Amino acid sequence: MFLAVLIALAISFLLILVRLVMGRTTFDRILAANSIGTLIVLGISVHGFYMGRPEFIDISIVYALINFIGTVAVLKLFDKGTLGDK
Amino acid sequence: MINSKSISLFFSLFGFWLLMSGHYTVLITSLGVVSCLLCVYLTIKGNFLDNETIPIYFFPRLIQYTIWLIKEIFMSNITTAKVILSKSEEPELFSVKATQKTNEGKVTYANSITLTPGTVTTQIKDNVFEVHALTKEFGDDVRSSEMDRMVTWLEKGK
Amino acid sequence: MLDISIEIISIISFVVGVFFILTGSIGLIRLPDVFSRIHAAGMIDTAGASFVILGMILQSGFSLITAKLVFIGIFIFFTSPITGHVTANLARKKGVNPVGKTKGKTL
Repeated sequence: MFLAVLIALAISFLLILVRLVMGRTTFDRILAANSIGTLIVLGISVHGFYMGRPEFIDISIVYALINFIGTVAVLKLFDKGTLGDK
Repeated sequence: MINSKSISLFFSLFGFWLLMSGHYTVLITSLGVVSCLLCVYLTIKGNFLDNETIPIYFFPRLIQYTIWLIKEIFMSNITTAKVILSKSEEPELFSVKATQKTNEGKVTYANSITLTPGTVTTQIKDNVFEVHALTKEFGDDVRSSEMDRMVTWLEKGK
Repeated sequence: MLDISIEIISIISFVVGVFFILTGSIGLIRLPDVFSRIHAAGMIDTAGASFVILGMILQSGFSLITAKLVFIGIFIFFTSPITGHVTANLARKKGVNPVGKTKGKTL
């Protein structure tokens, strides 16, 4: 069952990767990267259950935090040209 | 200095600490209490502890609002899935007025609009929100301002 | 009996979550412009993530893992509108024009 969920997440990953490569605007790429981050957060947890070691949850919490900070930082860099340092 | 805001901040920090720790011996837990107290002290010292960090007057009605919001999100998820699969999207852009008085209320309203799939707040100026909707029905939902009334009700507190 | 029913509910939850995730990624490819695609990404973040997490909560039983899964769910719920709004706001500011009609005065 967990394997089926992992396969579905991988298919979805590939579909979003098409958008990431095709792009058109930078915002499409950032949005696709953020969605892939969400999928990977879910994927790490499901993979932990699949391997019988649910302690992997800790890694996916860290990944969720980094995913959010990374997306906002990239957008801020794109907007202002700096990350706050002059 | 010790008021309801600092106490609720301490308990939420300590709850997060307990969640992350996983070891509950006396020594380690007391170290956790000390570090949480230090964090609360620094927050008070730096004047971060105001209505924006802990909007405490939201709390009495928060549970009822959350249940309503989750129901709303579920319904619009189903509609968005239908729109995507049946290729019937007709996006539109419009502005609505928000009736909330405080900044926290406006942020809650804008985030609730964005959290419901099908509608996204694109820009905010004073109390005018510019909203992008996936179909006309989603736009009518926002324009009927049911969510606006709910957030204003939440903002008033008890 | 209880075990079997929990198992069935969790499988249903996984199926619903995976359906929303796949629909969201199809929408991310198919919809016409960045503003419409944010709706699809929002669907992955809310319905997809929460149903998959609900399935895992039902599988894990009651332990610290459950609390951590709930925390991940709440965290994704809080951050999803922020990234969506920042993306849409910046796209508007940089002059990306949305497909479709605009009604009334916009900012």
